Amino acid sequence: MSSKIELPPTYKDIEDLIRVDRLPTIWCPGCGIGIVLKTLLRAIKKSDIDVDRHVIVSGIGCAGRVSGYVRLDSYHVLHGRAIPFAIGIKLAKPELEVTVVSGDGDIVGIGGNHFIHAARRNHDINVVIVNNMIYGMTGGQVAPTTPRGARTTTTPYGNIERSISIPLLAIAAGATYVARWSVLHVDHMMNSFIKMFRHKGFAVVEILSPCTLFASRNGIELLQLYEILRRKCKIVSNPDPWESHIDIFGDKPIILGEFIEIERPSYEELVWSSIRG
Amino acid sequence: MQEVKWRRLPLNSNYAVAYAVKDCDVDVIAAYPITPQTTVVEKLSEFIANGELDAEMIHVESEHSALSAAIGAAAVGARTFTATAAQGLELMHEMLHIASGLRLPIVMTIATRALSAPISIWCDYSDLMNTRDASWITLIASSAQEVYDSVIQAYRIAEDPRVLLPVMVAYDGFIMSHTYEPVYVAENPEVIREFVPRRKTWLTLDPDKPITLGPIANPDWYYEIKYQQVVAMEEAYKVIKEVDEEFGRRFGRSYGVIEKYRIEDADIVLLTYGGLFGTVREAIDAMRKRGINVGGLRLRLWRPFPAEEIIESVKGKKLVIVLDRAISYGARIAGPVALELMSTMYRMSEKPEVLSVVVGIGQRTVTEEDIAEITALGMKYLEEKRVPNQTIYWGVRA
Ligand SMILES: Cc1ncc(C[n+]2csc(CCOP(=O)(O)OP(=O)(O)O)c2C)c(N)n1
Repeated sequence: MSSKIELPPTYKDIEDLIRVDRLPTIWCPGCGIGIVLKTLLRAIKKSDIDVDRHVIVSGIGCAGRVSGYVRLDSYHVLHGRAIPFAIGIKLAKPELEVTVVSGDGDIVGIGGNHFIHAARRNHDINVVIVNNMIYGMTGGQVAPTTPRGARTTTTPYGNIERSISIPLLAIAAGATYVARWSVLHVDHMMNSFIKMFRHKGFAVVEILSPCTLFASRNGIELLQLYEILRRKCKIVSNPDPWESHIDIFGDKPIILGEFIEIERPSYEELVWSSIRG
Repeated sequence: MQEVKWRRLPLNSNYAVAYAVKDCDVDVIAAYPITPQTTVVEKLSEFIANGELDAEMIHVESEHSALSAAIGAAAVGARTFTATAAQGLELMHEMLHIASGLRLPIVMTIATRALSAPISIWCDYSDLMNTRDASWITLIASSAQEVYDSVIQAYRIAEDPRVLLPVMVAYDGFIMSHTYEPVYVAENPEVIREFVPRRKTWLTLDPDKPITLGPIANPDWYYEIKYQQVVAMEEAYKVIKEVDEEFGRRFGRSYGVIEKYRIEDADIVLLTYGGLFGTVREAIDAMRKRGINVGGLRLRLWRPFPAEEIIESVKGKKLVIVLDRAISYGARIAGPVALELMSTMYRMSEKPEVLSVVVGIGQRTVTEEDIAEITALGMKYLEEKRVPNQTIYWGVRA
């Protein structure tokens, strides 16, 4: 890519954290991942943690590309393996603020077991899951997060499987901070990102993000998918995780909010205190 | 016997796989998407959804699960299929040995791709070469038609009671998986199904006659059980040739275990595999016009290794140049096929020189000119009597 890309003025405050030389991104026009990236970088700036101490780890997928666009220490690891990689970093250098950013398929599909056990042990890392309800990077196949009935390239007449609800899974497994927003809820997203940096323990922030492939497979425009999110998302205080199931084309609202925020000693605290005696 | 009616379709190798799997009336497919394999599974999903193939498709959550599910299905007698590439094949590795150890006739296709790290979605054969010792029969095709035909043959080979080993059919990721070619597919798949009849040739789980698959084998028996796989590979060698010949008689196309191109009077032989052979053939024609006595050999069967045919074909030649698209790191001869060829030739009394060349890593383009230049280099080495006993890394910016 020879022509130099200039960021719009609205990016001035985070320009130093973006690897402008790697733009344009691989994301399709209208994709929500850029909003997550932008908000995350703003949150990093607003965190009381030195930028140099932030580390981004991602697995494979469209969302996983985030690690390649940040001017921070970042790691692009294997599909599904971002969490164990992040745990390794945190254990070796506990002073670092380690954030995983990856797709729904990456984290709760192929990497699901890591997610469960990292939550169980309450590892002091942050996990941002960009949930586009599909395997985006490989061209739109059914994922464990694809809502029942949705069409994908591998379910041409609709998915018959029940989808995973990320907040419910995270809480059941032992996560101590769990929130869900959509890319239309930037302020809330920002708050949750700042909270997850401060939180001592396994913090999960799920961001619902419209995917152009998901829309086209289901016979709607991408903007209509944004519209569905705008219409159906309902912010609830103290939401019930049992109500967190996503029914994208039905009448049930999509519940957003902070599902849990509790304190429990993190694995790192326990390890380091037992070593120090 | 019904005559086969062919339909000429524009298909890439991924779609050729899907048509073959459909025509073989597979029962269970379990797969996970990965570039450049993905469209195989998408096409099969379409066939199933449209009722053109009566099969179960399991959308598993990883390749480890994909092969595990195929193993489970094969263990109860289903005809199974899966497909993958690169990291997916690596993630399956543990299960590769389970499938062959349990002697289950699973068929899998590989759209070959370079391995991480660094991440590359492009073609080379490092993924396939890493499976060398997993006791899978491994065919490498070089055209979409051959892919279609090989998948059909693969079921016949795998399910033959003398064999009962899983079979991989590999082809170049992108270069073949995404390139359209005219392919003849059967309009009346019954004919294909006749060629791969349903026979219950392998031990399956059956509630009426309970058995255990895969229990512990202690030092007193483990070795003998593994030796049976050695014997099965030897048997497979015959069966693969038989099946290919019968396929030829029945359908008019056969490939052999190696393909020869203008080698009868050649002094120099270029040996390679997969889609690259097309370029090699073109390069040979061009060099022949310039009076260079060069011919080509294509390895279609990688495991079991077609030792006799190879020895026969290189006998009396002056130089064999092996073009490998994978690296065995730390080996002096780092091209996997070159290494295999040299050990196979060890006991030949008069043997040609061998030049091992690595090309096309991470899909670095290999042109006809590259082939011509490599050949010229080989000839120079030969003339100066100094063919190096180590691999040449063609075109690398070292
Ligand atoms: C072991 C392995 N299997 C398959 C793939 C192919 N692959 C790359 S990204 C991806 C899915 C991406 O979906 P998701 O994680 O939801 O992220 P998105 O692209 O939607 O952001 C897959 C299956 C891979 N890279 N590695």
